[in-house]
Amino acid sequence: MKQKERVHLNGGEMLFRVAAALSFLLCIATLGAMAADLVVSGGGRIGWQFLTGVSSRLPDRAGVLPALAGTVWVTGVAMIVALPLGVGAAVYLEELCRRGRLSRILEIFISNLAGVPAILFGMVGLQIFVRWCGLGRTVIAGALTMALVVLPLIILVSREAIRAVPRDIREASLALGASKMQTIWYQVIPAALPGILTGAILGVCRIIGEAAPLLALGALTYLTKTPTGLNSPFTTLPIQIFNWISRPQIGFHRNAAAAIIVLLFLLFLLNVTAIIIRARSQSSR
Amino acid sequence: MGEVVTVTGLNLWYGERQALHSISLAATEGEVLALIGPSGCGKSTFLRTLNRMNDLIPSVRIEGSVVVLGEDIYRNGMELAELRRRVGLVFQRSNPFPKSIYENVAYGPKIHGEKRRVELDEIVEQSLRRADLWDEVKDRLGASALRLSGGQQQRLCIARALAVRPKILLMDEPASALDPRSTAKIEELIAVLRGEYTILIVTHNMQQAGRVSDRTAFFCDGALIESGVTSDIFTNPQKKETQDYITGRFG
Repeated sequence: MKQKERVHLNGGEMLFRVAAALSFLLCIATLGAMAADLVVSGGGRIGWQFLTGVSSRLPDRAGVLPALAGTVWVTGVAMIVALPLGVGAAVYLEELCRRGRLSRILEIFISNLAGVPAILFGMVGLQIFVRWCGLGRTVIAGALTMALVVLPLIILVSREAIRAVPRDIREASLALGASKMQTIWYQVIPAALPGILTGAILGVCRIIGEAAPLLALGALTYLTKTPTGLNSPFTTLPIQIFNWISRPQIGFHRNAAAAIIVLLFLLFLLNVTAIIIRARSQSSR
Repeated sequence: MGEVVTVTGLNLWYGERQALHSISLAATEGEVLALIGPSGCGKSTFLRTLNRMNDLIPSVRIEGSVVVLGEDIYRNGMELAELRRRVGLVFQRSNPFPKSIYENVAYGPKIHGEKRRVELDEIVEQSLRRADLWDEVKDRLGASALRLSGGQQQRLCIARALAVRPKILLMDEPASALDPRSTAKIEELIAVLRGEYTILIVTHNMQQAGRVSDRTAFFCDGALIESGVTSDIFTNPQKKETQDYITGRFG
């Protein structure tokens, strides 16, 4: 029968443990307080009317539908653009271009881009997509701008996922007579897919909460219609939240809290999906 | 029975370092040729020259003639896909794809253009039977290949290589990572496959070379010291280095 050993702690270790525990509790308490405040302020507003209503001057009539739809449109189109481009770039960098100074410099460059404040992409988007391309302040301009924001992240994560595919899988494929492209398409990318998908979800989480670049772009803050296509004007949840908070009426602040709950719920769903994808890919190995 | 592999004066460099020194060796159709020698002596490097898998290493340079199945495989315009189809390779550590057993074996034929389901089913069954794995997996072809045991995975890799109907099979220490029972199965397999296939097998295990091969070639420090009928090499070696290696004085 094994006896539990009592670890003898000296003063320093005790202090460290207490400090660590206190820090943890502080974080939990802060998050808990924020969550509680949110639920208290906005919980009551959540309901069918709120989720399907449009903008209004009266807080109790205002709803989140255009913003929700706008978020889905912009994020969806951004990912449709960014994913193939990002995975393709990652494949090129990892598999097709020669290792060397150029490859290393590109890697540093892209890592840095992933950390650039999103507002800068907003300004780039404004100049290039809205003005030069003449797209106007529409869903497509917003989506392309957000695609730029998320592209470095997708490239980075996809590169990691591709690198993690063991070398002997590639060798086995080539030894059977497959070409490099066949190996990449039929073996490397499928094997890297769980990692790439997780990266995609991380990317979505990143852009779903971004307000700055879209504000720079000129997303509207008062919309009575949901977007009907790529050429529609749009707004997104974070922008709507920002707008409502800026109004003096308490009713709008409640709306903002409710909208935040909706946004957090979306993020929660996305994260759960990512965890499920991860778990299923581990179990099949 | 003609020569299916004729290597003449093969020199190979990894960058500045010369790994193979003027190797001349031939393999006749249907035989099992064992390549033995101490670690790092170039046996695997030589093996991989025969299906140009060494090309994957960027600093590699080759001189000399390598004629496989009647073709100079290092000439300009040699079709690598076809070469590697005709000359299969089984690796030291089994490396099944993270896919189902069926998909593993069907991959080779698929990338060479076979699309018909009926044909593929046939090829998968035949290859698994040849590799002595069919009975063990026939009810779970859709299961992940990674769930198989080490010995089964290696036999799966052999089935995978056989599925593209090669003429020559290169085996790089195929049983070195396996337990004695699985090793015995692999050796039985080689005995069954010889004749129909020409097999070149690199092995560290001299008893194994003695058991499975018709002829043996002894490599040392990147050079071919001696080659001949297996029983002759082991009972009456011509060169001192061969004698020393076989009696365990080094390596």
